[in-house]
Amino acid sequence: MPSDEYLQGIYYIQGRDFVDAGIVSSEIKKSLKDKGIPESIIRRVAVITFEAEVNMISYSEQGTIQLFIEPDAITIQADDIGQGIEDIELAQQEGYSTADDSIRELGFGAGMGLANIKKYSDIFEITSNPGDGAHLKSVVKL
Amino acid sequence: MTLETLVEKLELKCKCCWEKLKTTEIKGGYAGDLLSDVMANSKEGSIWVTRQVHLNIVAVASLKEHAGIVIVQGATPDKDTVEKATREGVPIMVSELTEFELVGRIYQLLQNG
Repeated sequence: MPSDEYLQGIYYIQGRDFVDAGIVSSEIKKSLKDKGIPESIIRRVAVITFEAEVNMISYSEQGTIQLFIEPDAITIQADDIGQGIEDIELAQQEGYSTADDSIRELGFGAGMGLANIKKYSDIFEITSNPGDGAHLKSVVKL
Repeated sequence: MTLETLVEKLELKCKCCWEKLKTTEIKGGYAGDLLSDVMANSKEGSIWVTRQVHLNIVAVASLKEHAGIVIVQGATPDKDTVEKATREGVPIMVSELTEFELVGRIYQLLQNG
């Protein structure tokens, strides 16, 4: 994780709160715009934070997203408390999802979330202890 | 083509943000009901065609800076959806056509400039 001096914000996310899905991503997007970060980078970060946010809402009790802006990179660190991920390799496969019908009805749970995050990241790391939660780090280079 | 032209030519019902129809230019289009697909693959300035009606579509359209959303098959957007779209300035329109037919019509209009 980058040093605290680059920490731009900490955002809290409540599990199962689909009504507010996207709010954190909007805040992060606004904050990056204010900082004058290039549009092409902001678009990538928006996909990453939206998917991370939706994952937490879908599969965790609660979590945080930390945003770091360094001179040469943006880091998104997403940590949650919850069920975690049983099989990390499988979870990253496009099309694989453990979402229930209530999540799928909203147009989520298509098994594209982690694949999208990976696609738009320059560095992508994910760890999980099933039963504890999941930890995701995504870096977009400037 | 502006949103206003699209609304007129395809007889769309506009549900909110009327004030933006005249000035919003449509740069392209995307169709999809899976939010992650739309999030990953649609482009800014696009008109998004979908059958989803719940309020999460507003978050996606706003984050992706879409020109607007067209809901197909005469479906009614949830009250929360329209309220949020009004707050975020995302025009929502409704078409009686199916997704397939509507996309075909929009594609033609965009091709013809």
